[in-house]
Amino acid sequence: MWDYSEKVREHFFNPRNSGPLENANGVGDVGSIKCGDALRLMLKVNPESEIIEDAHFQTFGCGSAIASSSALTEIIKGKTLDEALKVSNQDIADYLDGLPPEKMHCSVMGREALQAAVANYRGEEWKDDHEEGDLVCKCFAIDAVMIEETIRGNGLKTMEDVTNYTKAGGGCSACHEKIEDILIAVNGRLYSNEPKVKKAPRESPLSSPMRPQLTNYQRIRKIEDTLEAIRPMLQRDHGDVTLVEVDGKKIYVALSGACQGCAMEAATLGGIQHKLVEALGELVQVLPVVALANA
Amino acid sequence: MKPIYMDNNATTACDPAVVEAMLPFFTEQFGNASSIHSFGAQVGKALKTARCQVQSLLGAAHDSEIVFTSCGTESDSTAILSALKAYPERRTIITTVVEHPAILTLCEHLEKDGYVVQRLRVDKKGRIDLDEYKSLLDDRVAIVSAMWANNETGTLFPVEDMADLAHAKGILFHTDAVQAVGKLPIDLKNTKIDMLSLSGHKLHAPKGIGVLYVRRNTRFRPLLRGGHQERGRRAGTENSASIVGLGVACELAQQHMETENTTVKQLRDKLERGILAKVKNAFVNGDRLLRLPNTASIAFEYVEGEGILLLLNKLGIAASSGSACTSGSLEPSHVMRAMGIPYTAAHGTIRFSLSRYNTEEEVDRVIAAVPTIIAQLRKLSPYWEGDGPVANPEQAFAPAYA
Repeated sequence: MWDYSEKVREHFFNPRNSGPLENANGVGDVGSIKCGDALRLMLKVNPESEIIEDAHFQTFGCGSAIASSSALTEIIKGKTLDEALKVSNQDIADYLDGLPPEKMHCSVMGREALQAAVANYRGEEWKDDHEEGDLVCKCFAIDAVMIEETIRGNGLKTMEDVTNYTKAGGGCSACHEKIEDILIAVNGRLYSNEPKVKKAPRESPLSSPMRPQLTNYQRIRKIEDTLEAIRPMLQRDHGDVTLVEVDGKKIYVALSGACQGCAMEAATLGGIQHKLVEALGELVQVLPVVALANA
Repeated sequence: MKPIYMDNNATTACDPAVVEAMLPFFTEQFGNASSIHSFGAQVGKALKTARCQVQSLLGAAHDSEIVFTSCGTESDSTAILSALKAYPERRTIITTVVEHPAILTLCEHLEKDGYVVQRLRVDKKGRIDLDEYKSLLDDRVAIVSAMWANNETGTLFPVEDMADLAHAKGILFHTDAVQAVGKLPIDLKNTKIDMLSLSGHKLHAPKGIGVLYVRRNTRFRPLLRGGHQERGRRAGTENSASIVGLGVACELAQQHMETENTTVKQLRDKLERGILAKVKNAFVNGDRLLRLPNTASIAFEYVEGEGILLLLNKLGIAASSGSACTSGSLEPSHVMRAMGIPYTAAHGTIRFSLSRYNTEEEVDRVIAAVPTIIAQLRKLSPYWEGDGPVANPEQAFAPAYA
């Protein structure tokens, strides 16, 4: 159950000014579909003085929505419209000795109802300009929309950036996955936190001027030496490899023991090929001996 | 006045006999079941007894099919992750939209890793379409996971039939049966269910103990490694006191199985009838013909659940809400949304879940309390006027939604 203040409980159990208001001349209907909360605020405004002489509410919503509505009517009664419009959602929450972070939107709804009711009285149309997202960081009450807008607005890349800009994620760590999801949604991928070190451009083995041209004999010896160096690793896993044939760029090998028919066979061949490309300084293809039979 | 507890699908009170059986395992029977000496050996024997008691309640063919875990959630995670590891070439999971978050959140997480999750939809009574299910069974599916009974509405899925169909296609079948075990007779040896999760605290055993049933000869990969406990299928020193408690709870559940399906069911039915007779614009959620005997999910239109719970709580009555306003998330329950219950009713859904400890007198007190509470909240509701909803509620009150 929510940790509601005594004041919230009291206003929920004994709501003030509930029910329809006869002769209301300003009515505001607002709601938050996220929580299924909806509030109708009814005002009786003195046309001469613009003083709110009476305020009533009807609310479909949870305990804190009803308590916030009740508090709002108490706060604004006797105020002029301009004074009342200065009431913030924080004022409503403070009046109730605070609301749980997940329930702050109930006080926001109260303030919006007030704006809507005043607009209705003045014959204006009220437009809601506030978008509320799912609450992501409960430690600091930061919602998804706020995080997304901050990421976009500042080109944020990492979890740490988001915490530095919004505080979200700086508490219990429970929301880190959610924040990462938002980062991925905005940036298309997740950047790591490591400082970017400029890597020297990798030397292409093909274009290396230092590498002397090998003779056929040297080339095959080199292939054999490279395979010899790999064999102990395969033997540790009860497998082995032997060179069968070299046909230009195609190098045929036989895998034996545990390597034969292993699910990782392709990966093993890929690893051998990588080592040979490095050693020879040219692009070669490593193929299993069965491919030779088909060739 | 004595408080009334009708939230047994959330958790149950430990049976006094369970607590009594557990106590020696905190004091003189503190040994580690793995030890050679007599301290350990006696604990080992007690675990064996408990395993057989669980086996008996589940109707499992072998006691070695019972793997003790820490909770239902661990059992669920173990089952699904095991299937994915054991069948790496299969990348699809079939489940339903109304599962417990223990399954749904895990599946969402797995989707990020590239797994495909098929979620069976439900109709307005919470039933799945078996034809849709059949059409999804193919050799890419690693596991099907469907709950036996829904925690919010009590609606039962035909898991035995679903398991047959999966088995015929060579697909593993898991059921999250935490709400069903102890309330429905279960005979696993005569089904094709490969894995089943249960949770101790739903059947009057303590919290922090669960079971994963793993049918003999099922391909299995452990979640926790690092010990020979549970034959290496779940490493970690056994929670011996809780295992012993769960064993006793299973034996008691078996003894009271008939009570659950007669006395408890009658109390539940009386509660529903009593409330619906006095409160209009209210209805029962779920499949009334095929559901748990203890669960009543009642939607009260045009009021919000949290308010109802707070007022019930003031009278010493504990129930829970289909509205997630009480659970930390703000959306209405995913189960109600999946069944297409309108927002104005989904938010006003209250679940009363009974146990064999509830009495007729308690049911009468709840029936007397609810109508006043609903009337009180409807008086505050903009959708309500006098003693009925306003004409065309959705148009009469159409707030600007933020």
